[in-house]
Amino acid sequence: MVETNGTYAKHKPAVKEVHIVWVTAGLGCDGDSVSVTGASEPSIEDLVMGAFPGLPKVYLHNPVLAYEVGDEFMNYLYRAKEGRLDPFVLVVEGSIPNEKIKQEGYWAALGTDKQTGQPIPTTNWIDWLAPKAFAVVAIGTCATYGGIHAMEGNPTGCMGLADYLGWKWKSKAGLPIINVPGCPVQPDNFMETVMHLLYHAAGLAPPPPLDDQLRPKWLFGATVHEGCDRAGYYEQGQFATAYGQSECLVKIGCWGPVVNCNVPKRGWMGGVGGCPNVGGICIGCTMPGFPDKFMPFMDEPPGGRLSSTAVGLYGGIIRTLRGFTQRTANKEPKWRHSRPKLTSGYQPTTYSPAG
Amino acid sequence: MSTITLPERVAPSERGKLIEMSWDPITRIVGSLGIYTKIDFENQRVIECHSTSSIFRGYSVFMKGKDPRDAHFITSRICGICGDNHATCSCYAQNMAYGIRPPDIAEWIVNLGEAAEYMFDHNIFQDNLVGVDFCEQMVKETNPGVLDQAERTPAPNGEIHGYKTIADIMRTLNPFSGQFYREALEMSRLTREMFCLMEGRHTHPSTLYPGGVGTVPSLQLFSEYLVRLMKYVEFMKKVVPLHDDLFDFFYQALPGYEEVGQRRVLLGCWGSWNDPAVCDYTYHNMEKWGNAMYVTPGVVVDGQLLTTSLVDINLGLRILLGSSYYQDWGDNGEIFVEKDPLGNKIDRRHPWNQTTTPKPQKRDFNGNYTWVMSPRWLDKRTGDHLALDTGGGPLARLWATALAGKVDFGYVTATGKSVKINLPKTALMGEAEFEWRIPQWSNTIERNRARTYFQAYAAAAALYFCERALDEVHAGHTKTFTDFKVPDEAIGCGFHEAVRGVLSHHLVIRNKKIANYHPYPPTPWNASPRDSYGTPGPYEDAVQGTPLFEENPPEKFKGIDIMRTVRSFDPCLPCGVHMYTGKGKLIDVQHVPMFGAAGHA
Repeated sequence: MVETNGTYAKHKPAVKEVHIVWVTAGLGCDGDSVSVTGASEPSIEDLVMGAFPGLPKVYLHNPVLAYEVGDEFMNYLYRAKEGRLDPFVLVVEGSIPNEKIKQEGYWAALGTDKQTGQPIPTTNWIDWLAPKAFAVVAIGTCATYGGIHAMEGNPTGCMGLADYLGWKWKSKAGLPIINVPGCPVQPDNFMETVMHLLYHAAGLAPPPPLDDQLRPKWLFGATVHEGCDRAGYYEQGQFATAYGQSECLVKIGCWGPVVNCNVPKRGWMGGVGGCPNVGGICIGCTMPGFPDKFMPFMDEPPGGRLSSTAVGLYGGIIRTLRGFTQRTANKEPKWRHSRPKLTSGYQPTTYSPAG
Repeated sequence: MSTITLPERVAPSERGKLIEMSWDPITRIVGSLGIYTKIDFENQRVIECHSTSSIFRGYSVFMKGKDPRDAHFITSRICGICGDNHATCSCYAQNMAYGIRPPDIAEWIVNLGEAAEYMFDHNIFQDNLVGVDFCEQMVKETNPGVLDQAERTPAPNGEIHGYKTIADIMRTLNPFSGQFYREALEMSRLTREMFCLMEGRHTHPSTLYPGGVGTVPSLQLFSEYLVRLMKYVEFMKKVVPLHDDLFDFFYQALPGYEEVGQRRVLLGCWGSWNDPAVCDYTYHNMEKWGNAMYVTPGVVVDGQLLTTSLVDINLGLRILLGSSYYQDWGDNGEIFVEKDPLGNKIDRRHPWNQTTTPKPQKRDFNGNYTWVMSPRWLDKRTGDHLALDTGGGPLARLWATALAGKVDFGYVTATGKSVKINLPKTALMGEAEFEWRIPQWSNTIERNRARTYFQAYAAAAALYFCERALDEVHAGHTKTFTDFKVPDEAIGCGFHEAVRGVLSHHLVIRNKKIANYHPYPPTPWNASPRDSYGTPGPYEDAVQGTPLFEENPPEKFKGIDIMRTVRSFDPCLPCGVHMYTGKGKLIDVQHVPMFGAAGHA
């Protein structure tokens, strides 16, 4: 039970300081780090400079923003590894390559091993840091479910963090991996999740509630379509036949009806932008099945014709029909795993990675 | 010492020898980059530099066989800060392959989105990432003497930007606590909102398509953009003088600072913002519509503009391998394109004919040691494979545009030796004209200065595009999309300026699927060192031989002049996945270092 003694401001945080150790060295594009610099609800400055009563002091160690360079930056990771940076939240960005499918070298690395002079694979850092972390947050669809780099035919065998650590993995504080998907992550979705995680760390709140895909429930509970201001056109059976028209986009590639995401409702930044609400088809970029289950993106989704034709029918039937597609879209393709054999269908032209 | 391995901290008595120093990872950039150097502290020079990148993802590999209409959605994910530049460039290449031309208003919307990207990205990089290298806290730790001098030096433009001394400017750049640092971060959000108005989401857009955009053009759309733009225009009227004061001070406080990061003038720019009246996306007319771009494409060698033709630029592209973790396609690779649509022969090492096969292995600085390949541009006059750099983007864009003298749209005029940027009156400030003049050097300070001026250029261009877009809406031209069918067989190429420099996408379609796709962003150009011909590349060339002005001894050395130099190129390593670095070189520790050995012509 959480006790607040009246106001958060009078509450003494359960921990005085929390470090955020952010590893961007998965197979990613740093787009989630960049995205988060655009957040305003709350902003990075708000958290780092202590704008909220009751929260512990936050030290952010993110390579895109860090003052320190090289060894001075790596020092935080070594301290975390040795248990000398406690407590810390581990944020993982980028998909996790399968380093077992090849004989030597690395797909992704961070820092240099002082003994061998070789780069340290990112997977080593995850192995070292995850057990020491208060909580582990996967940011963006690459880290959560594999994402674009885990596409069929990929050579790296990469996967999401939960595929790597195990879906039932728990932190030393008993918290499951927290997945905040999006390609990139919607800025405020991530910062807000961290904020509530910090309230939990401070002893002011229960852990953030998660769904079966480990997503924050309050952010990913509704579909794109449910929050889309073009849904009224859908209801009236008015569908865009070309890009740039104002009507519902489901016939030209929008997957909104079966995708768990709040972007049309929240906008992209400061309430501005988004996807189908501003003329961009939803390509399912928050989903475990992204990208493969949504390609080719510009074709009408299967089942879209049925549900948009049947729009006059009773809503419960529509929800049931959509439920089938939504369940498939919420499953990752079968080749995302940590076994030592690559099954993505990659066919090297002149070279075999196994030999 | 035959290999570069680890930083070696030595006792003061051993000074004079070469000391290995490394910074891995380089922070305050996008992506994974390590810099490994050998430094002569007695003579305060960097003697050798290697760069390495430690991430591979494999876009060219997993895109094969996919629907070509997915290409811009996929390639946007190459880069987390300029993904939209990739999406745009991919749409350009697809437009050529599908033989289509978007409606004019779609082109203005894309131009407005890309202008917002430049305004945002240069702003956050300059003032939240690069700026930290010039902030009070950093200068205090690396050059306390310079900070003392800055305290005593009035800022010449203080009345415009409000900071009395140079030290006040440095203080306001301190991360998070500095007022201008926070103001810049806020401004980076405002400009991203402008971006989202046009392209839906940052950094991977939702509304871009081959054939046009999904954005619905309305008076509301453009008024929301314009309101934000004019705030940025006003902001730039202070920021340009602020940075001029800061950068000029470094030349004044540290005589010889112009040598930091200096290299031969070898600049490439692939042009930006198409003019819908001219651009039909055909290869046949590519030279003509390339020359109508609002930033002129060009190759500048030793101050001379060799060409402004995108056809010449395309034909000169060569992808060299060497010390990277790939299997060279050599003579075994498939030739996808023998001749371009004009009948010119396409080389085996051209991106259209490249085959990518990753081969992970141990890092060996005498052998293969990075995931990055090496693009070059063949100078037909000499047969040299030129290691062009982009000057971080703006330096090459301004230099090529200035020399070409083709751009003149009222708010911006290229004069043949300068670029004039006219910013109109805003709420609180009168009109302002900034003139960027071709500098004496291609160096660290000028790369950074050009970035600030290009922010003003992008704002001025956005204002022009916004006026043209409003003309279209007033005329009732609101159709934003041209329909198309994917052909069975086709080729396409797109040329654009990513924020930090040249960007090309080369596409081959067979049986309606992607048969080959190779994007070449700026970072492989900038970060590629010695190639198989022995030509040093931009980072290494700029860092090698650079004098060091940091006051710290080796034990406390932060490498600030090296960091400033590497960051002046605006490294973006997710874009550098095809980059590789050259072979480690045996050096004699007794050797007397030679400054300028690496090609200061």
